[in-house]
Amino acid sequence: MSNKHVISLELNGDAVEFLCEPRQTLLEVLRDILHLTGTKEGCSNGNCGACTVLFNGRPVVSCLVLAMECEDAKIRTIEGVACDGALDEIQNAFLEGAALQCGICTPGFIVQAQALLDENPNPSEDEIRFYLAGNLCRCTGYDKIVRAVQAAAEQRRAATTAG
Amino acid sequence: MKPFEYAAPRTEAEAVGLLAADHVETEVLAGGTDLIGLMKQMVVTPGRLVNVKEIPSMQAISETSDGVVIGAAARLEDMAEHRLLTPFSSIGDAIVGIDSQQWQAQSTLGGELLQRPRCWYFRSGAGLLAANGKRVTEGDGRFHAIFANSGPAKFVNASRLAPALIALGASIRIMSPGKEDAEVQTLPLASLYRTPRDESQRENILSKGQLVTHVLIPHPQSLANATYEVRHGSGPEAPLVAASAALQVQAGLVAKARIVIGQVAPQPWESSEAAESLVGRPIDLVTAEQAGQLAVAAASPLKDNAYKVQLAAVAVKRAILKAAGLPTGGF
Ligand code: FES
Ligand code: FES
Repeated sequence: MSNKHVISLELNGDAVEFLCEPRQTLLEVLRDILHLTGTKEGCSNGNCGACTVLFNGRPVVSCLVLAMECEDAKIRTIEGVACDGALDEIQNAFLEGAALQCGICTPGFIVQAQALLDENPNPSEDEIRFYLAGNLCRCTGYDKIVRAVQAAAEQRRAATTAG
Repeated sequence: MKPFEYAAPRTEAEAVGLLAADHVETEVLAGGTDLIGLMKQMVVTPGRLVNVKEIPSMQAISETSDGVVIGAAARLEDMAEHRLLTPFSSIGDAIVGIDSQQWQAQSTLGGELLQRPRCWYFRSGAGLLAANGKRVTEGDGRFHAIFANSGPAKFVNASRLAPALIALGASIRIMSPGKEDAEVQTLPLASLYRTPRDESQRENILSKGQLVTHVLIPHPQSLANATYEVRHGSGPEAPLVAASAALQVQAGLVAKARIVIGQVAPQPWESSEAAESLVGRPIDLVTAEQAGQLAVAAASPLKDNAYKVQLAAVAVKRAILKAAGLPTGGF
C-alpha cells in the first residue's frame, strides 16, 4: 500500500517539499529523505532528546512527530544553527569547552540550548539543567555541557551589549 | 509502524465522524509522545489516525462563568504558563514534574489524561492485563498497583495530571457520534477511567468515535492545592507515586478536602478517608501525617511493591503540607 503524500514546510529558512508515508516520522524524513543526518536517532521513543529539532520554535523530539504533522510548519535542525558558514556561540562553546565525546547527543543538546537561550538569555545553572533534562548524554557527565551553555549565554549577552 | 491513513480535521464534529468510521480501527493522535511509541512497537495498530491538534476550538484556554475551560489539544507548556491556571499550582507542579521540555512542548492535555499504562508487560505486547494479571504477579511488579489490584488489572493509571484535576473537581466534555449530529456530554473526570475486567476493555470508558474535547475546572473557592511526586530520578519518566491535594481552608480549619493519589491503582485513587480526616482541623505535621497513614490503610501491595505504600503515605502528607504552604521536609 503506497499512499504517499506531498508535504511542504520551511526547513532552516528554505521552502522544502517531500513525499512521505503517514507512518514516517519527521526524524526519518530528515535523515533518510532529505539527507540531513545531523539530527541523531538515539532511543527512538522520546526519552533521549538526541533527535530534538525546533517545530515552530518549540523543541520537540522528532522521533515522535509524524512528518505529516509538519505541513506548513517551520522546522529548524542542527544544520540551521550555524550562520553563513560560521559556528554559532553554542556550537563554539561546546567545541571550546570539550562538551562532547562521542557526539551522538550533541546536536540535540545544541538545538535544545538554542530554544533555552531564545527564551531566557541569562539562565541559572539550575534552569539550564532543568531545560536540558530531556536530553541524555552517556559520555560527558553533563558538567561540561552546562558550562558550555553558560559560556555561550555569556558570549551572546556580550555581543548584544556590544552590538 | 504498520501503514495507516492520516487525517487532520479542523472541527470536532469532523474528527468524531472520522473516528467513528466502522470499517477501520481508529486512534486519536494528540501530542504523540505516547501513541507514536506504541505504534512503533506495534502494541497499538490503528488503520486510521486522526490528528486533533489542528482543531482550533480544542486548543484554547478560556474562562466562563463556571470556571476555566481547557481544550484537550492545549499543550502542557502553554498550560504551565497560562495566567488562568495560576491558582491551580497542583497542575503546574505535575507539569513541571515531566522533566523534559520537549515532552511539555509536545504533549497535550487530552493525550496526557488518556496516555496508556506504562506497564512493561502491556508495552511489550502481552496485553493490558498481561495474562489475567499473572505476568505481573509471577514476574516483576515493582511499579504496579498497590490498590484495587485483586482483579486481573495490575497496571497503574499513567496520567500525572489526572490526580490534580480530579482533586480540583474537574469535568470533561465528550463528543460522541450521534444519529445525525454529534452529541455532547459532560462527566466528572474521575468517571473517564475504569478498571478493565477483560482484554476487550480499555482503561477508560470511551467507546469508538468518542472524543474528549475539553476539560473544565470549576472556579477555585480559594482552594489551596499542590501535587507532590516521589521520583526515582530526573527525566520524563513517571514518578513512583504522586499525590494531589485540594483544600478549602476557612479561619485556619479545613472545610473541604480532596486527596487523589496517582501511580498506585488502575485508576487515579481518591482517598476519602484521608480527606475526611482533615475536615474541621488545621493543617500541620500531625494532621498531614495522619491523613497519609489513613490514605494507605487499605493498601494491598503485591510481592514486589510494598515500598510504594510508604511512598504513598509520604506523598499524601507532603502534598497536603505543600498545598498549605508549609515545609514538606522533602524536596
Ligand atoms: S531518538 Fe528521539 S528522543 Fe531519543
Ligand atoms: S557525548 Fe556521547 S552521549 Fe553525549
